Amino acid sequence: MKDLYAWSAIGIIVLASTTGDVLLSYSMKRVGDVGELWKRRGILAVIGRVLATPTFALGLMAMGVAFYSLLFGLSWGNLSLVVPASASLTFVANAVAARIFLRERVGRRRWIAALLVAGGVVLMAV
Amino acid sequence: MTFRKYLVLAGITVFSTAGDSLLARGMKDLGGFSLHNLSGLLLAILNPWVALGILFLLTFFACYMSALSWADLTYVLPATSLAYVLVALIGHFRLHEEISPTRWAGIALIAAGVGFVAAGPSFTPARECPNSPSAPRDTVSLEVKS
Repeated sequence: MKDLYAWSAIGIIVLASTTGDVLLSYSMKRVGDVGELWKRRGILAVIGRVLATPTFALGLMAMGVAFYSLLFGLSWGNLSLVVPASASLTFVANAVAARIFLRERVGRRRWIAALLVAGGVVLMAV
Repeated sequence: MTFRKYLVLAGITVFSTAGDSLLARGMKDLGGFSLHNLSGLLLAILNPWVALGILFLLTFFACYMSALSWADLTYVLPATSLAYVLVALIGHFRLHEEISPTRWAGIALIAAGVGFVAAGPSFTPARECPNSPSAPRDTVSLEVKS
């Protein structure tokens, strides 16, 4: 039963942090290259443009949900299960979501990388 | 990809690692927290290790957002995973912690994954943007796309 709780927490963490990453990435693509913007208009223009992007706040909220579900997950499951499982599944989920929602060209090269990193994160935690 | 952009990617790895370690160091001073002791959680900011850790994590977030403004999510994410490797290597060389063969294998896998992504293009715009830098051609991803 405790396992079921831990795995549902992991599921929520993966879902929330993937949503957050996709929303933040989408917002920053809308803002455009912040280095260029900083050079032309100054740092205040950069901060203003980022905060004025509605999806940025949504992304931050999703990241907050992910953080608190991690805290709950840690109280239900082991550190050595919850952290590596959610981190590695998030890498794979992000590759899928970036392809679908951000229309990134996730080629063979990036699939292999996502799987290698996901596997590596699991091994580092064993 | 310019030198400045590689610096930002390095900043993601370094500042998240340093921020996490500083927070962990500060929390060790303060002891455990419970739901009955929420005021203690607010006072934790007064601890210099925790304050510095939060500052570093904010810097990490700024680097992360900057990188996402000119590179794909699937390009930036593997760079964040290098933090795991950095923590392990710092533990090994500075604190003389033992690294098991499984962990070395994990380090190798993450490094290989990062290498795979870094060799490819950093930005693959969905539509043709007039002001986008001409994306370097990647035969593998073009082949998969078609």
